[in-house]
Amino acid sequence: MNEIKFQDRIDAEIKIEPKDWMPDAYRKHLIRQISQHAHSEIIGMQPEGNWITRAPSLRAKMILLAKVQDEAGHGLYLYSACETLGISREELVQQLHEGKAKYSSIFNYPTLSWADMGAVGWLVDGAAIVNQVSLQRTSYGPYSRGMVKICKEESFHQRQGYEIMAEMAKGTAEQKAMAQDALNRFWWPSIMMFGPQDSDSPRTGNAMKWKIKRQTNDALRQDFIDKTVGQAEVIGLTIPDPDLKWNDERQSYDFGEMNWEEFWNVVNGNGPCNKQRLAHHKKAHYEGKWVRDAAKAYTKKQELVAN
Amino acid sequence: MAENATVWEVFIQSKNGLAHKHVGNVHADDKVMALENARDLYTRRNEGSCIWVVKSEYIVSSETEDSEAFFDPSNDKMYRHPTFYTMPDGAKHI
Ligand SMILES: [Fe+2]
Ligand SMILES: [Fe+2]
Ligand SMILES: [Fe+2]
Repeated sequence: MNEIKFQDRIDAEIKIEPKDWMPDAYRKHLIRQISQHAHSEIIGMQPEGNWITRAPSLRAKMILLAKVQDEAGHGLYLYSACETLGISREELVQQLHEGKAKYSSIFNYPTLSWADMGAVGWLVDGAAIVNQVSLQRTSYGPYSRGMVKICKEESFHQRQGYEIMAEMAKGTAEQKAMAQDALNRFWWPSIMMFGPQDSDSPRTGNAMKWKIKRQTNDALRQDFIDKTVGQAEVIGLTIPDPDLKWNDERQSYDFGEMNWEEFWNVVNGNGPCNKQRLAHHKKAHYEGKWVRDAAKAYTKKQELVAN
Repeated sequence: MAENATVWEVFIQSKNGLAHKHVGNVHADDKVMALENARDLYTRRNEGSCIWVVKSEYIVSSETEDSEAFFDPSNDKMYRHPTFYTMPDGAKHI
């Protein structure tokens, strides 16, 4: 009975709010997806944080700093949304540290040159935007509102990255080569950010039925590719896919086979930076413990003084 | 792990003269920290001229599930809306 009423509300595009009845599996699916999204924003600060102290100009440094700060904010919006489902932030962090919760595999790739700041903003944020724009219409109210807020902040992220790429692509031959190399390394991992192909994506069925997801992995990926190819052409860079070709019939680009073996390998913890990313997060968390303890002790003391 | 910090709901007045609007929440141990965290999290682009923070535990909410019954008393009072009334032809500025 509850279940039927719930599905009716979903079908009528009525948002589900924290106190509303929801199937257990819906709640679980949301906790998994939103926490994974939150962890991605937070872990995603590391590959870019890597270049803040070495940014080539004060302007570039201020922009990168603001961008990374935004990502911290996105993580917090998403943790808040996740907490409305009855799980605490401490539990969420613990699940990340124990490897029970995942984050986007893209952040397990290293950022080797300044051009990578361009590629990450342009491609990684670009792919995230396509996904997040679609998720603005997700059925869970707090998640949807978080996405609206995040999307407003994202477009500068992509533009600053694309600007870096454009600048380097019209620079010296060496700079252009760096930009092309960054594109070569980030292209495939970026289009794999949308997850497995629909035919191999077991959870998609429920997620679509409950309108947690509004478009399938393959649809979102195609949308991103179609948007991005022209942008690469404009700045004179080549997308590293010999099979990429405009398909007049589909009004979309055909593209080559993705390397899913590599994808699953990185998901399962064997990417170039998995261990480093998690170790760094744990270290920062434990080293910050005294600050959290001190803040708590201070509050206690204030209460004692007041009473 | 340490226990969860207190959750505070955040309300922002975007411009002098407008009402405060709920934007989300923050974790903080005391009110000063709550205000500062809210500023850092929700007003990075000049979104606000004033911030309120209220401990979440103090928010009292009606239930969405029985909202129909709860809001029922206003349903049958169409005469509260200006469109309820018939105005004579030719009457202006009313
Ligand atoms: Fe983000
Ligand atoms: Fe971003
Ligand atoms: Fe994101």
